[in-house]
Amino acid sequence: MLVHALAFGGGFVIMSLELLGGRVLAPYFGGGIYVWGGIITVFMASLALGYLLGGKWSLRSPSLGRFAGIFLGGALLLYPLVYFAEPAMNRIFMAVADPRYGALAASTLLFVCPTAMLGMIAPYSVRLLVRTKEESGNVAGRLYFISTAGSALGTLGTSFYFVLWWEINTILNLLTGTLLLMGATALVVSRLHR
Amino acid sequence: MKPAACRTWAASVQRRQRLRPFAASQRTLCGLALAAALAAQGAAAEVIHRERSLYQTILVTKQASTLCLQFSQRRMQRKQSCLDQRRPKEMALTYTKMMMAALLLNPSPSRALIIGLGGGTLPMALAALHPEADIDVVEIDPAVVKVAQRYFGFTAGDNLRVHVQDARVFTRRASQAGPVYDLIMLDAFGADYIPEHLMTREFLREVLALLQENGALAANTFATSKLYDHESVTYRDVFGSFFNLRLRQSGNRIILAGHRALPSLMTLTARAKALAAPLAPYGVPIQDYPARFSTKIDWDVGARLLTDQYAPANLLQGE
Repeated sequence: MLVHALAFGGGFVIMSLELLGGRVLAPYFGGGIYVWGGIITVFMASLALGYLLGGKWSLRSPSLGRFAGIFLGGALLLYPLVYFAEPAMNRIFMAVADPRYGALAASTLLFVCPTAMLGMIAPYSVRLLVRTKEESGNVAGRLYFISTAGSALGTLGTSFYFVLWWEINTILNLLTGTLLLMGATALVVSRLHR
Repeated sequence: MKPAACRTWAASVQRRQRLRPFAASQRTLCGLALAAALAAQGAAAEVIHRERSLYQTILVTKQASTLCLQFSQRRMQRKQSCLDQRRPKEMALTYTKMMMAALLLNPSPSRALIIGLGGGTLPMALAALHPEADIDVVEIDPAVVKVAQRYFGFTAGDNLRVHVQDARVFTRRASQAGPVYDLIMLDAFGADYIPEHLMTREFLREVLALLQENGALAANTFATSKLYDHESVTYRDVFGSFFNLRLRQSGNRIILAGHRALPSLMTLTARAKALAAPLAPYGVPIQDYPARFSTKIDWDVGARLLTDQYAPANLLQGE
């Protein structure tokens, strides 16, 4: 149950972050299709990397405590974005004349680390829940279902409501806070069950 | 467009009709849909060009001798640019004429920046009025540039350059060179989608940084919906006091501002009188405008500023 809830939250944060990416980049690189192209490319590549790393990491004595570490790590990598995004994009804007490559470089610098970290959630949660070979497909399917539903809700909530209620940085901080809260919950539960 | 150019244009349409029989039936279909939409206005317009670009659906319609550029099918009433081929100089849309009121704040611009090309009416008029002036136009959609050239007689030249790129990228890059323009016109808003990053305080500050001490800014903005309040508050924050130009026959509101204190009604009236003759061929009732300029705060001053951090313009427009 807890692992499912965490997978849901992870999916939510990833897509919320991706949508905010467009708004973060627009003042420097515009709102054209290439900006979204850059962001989506970087998110896909980072998630791919995260899946790979998450799978590898699940081979070493997997536990809920270590799973919590992924969320805390994600929060740690996401938090500085609010502070270094502006100066970083300023530098990239000055150095790269073509806004397409500027957008790609900025998305890489801003989003690769937190997104790759969040990509580790999916394979790691499969490892925590699978008991037998027979049920493995079913467990993975349910996890995909739940984390993708979280992604759908994160997309909807961010684009329909959050941007109307809050500033971009406020939403980013709320995402960091959500990751911290999820990591802390997992950590506490893992201590209680020891 | 000169009469000769009109004939060439008509001939080219006929040629296309002969070469592309399918296009003709497609046109009839579009024409029917359009006719239904226009039924309320009691006139039928024919769609002579329809194109889906990267950013929007571009329509060129023809009604009697008037060609119009539209960016949407749903809101037929929202025209970007119109051209009466019998009187090619005359501006057909009220808001375009209202934008020319910028000349009351700076009657003789030497370097102008126009954001949003449309049919090219504004840059062509400026270039004709001030042949020595240097004009930069920024347009994100290459398809719009082609349509403006093909149907609306727009031609770029040494003094009139078109930059096909996102306006925010252009202003950010250009503002590093300091204040280079003495006239800036913001007209980048289509029918269905508003570029939110071109409505924020930060964007307007970049625009202000590009404007010379004696320069004038004219911005075409929304006169209805909640956006009126949000935009007013944002422009006020960046430019201080500004002139509001609203006319009953137009759904647009033009904001006129600059660095300096706004000119007095006497100065405006004198300038309008001097501009009346040169602007007459364009159909701009410039002498009516000074009395219509308002500095009254007729918006909700509690509305939230639009910033790069908070810019849900498309959502606010729907509210």
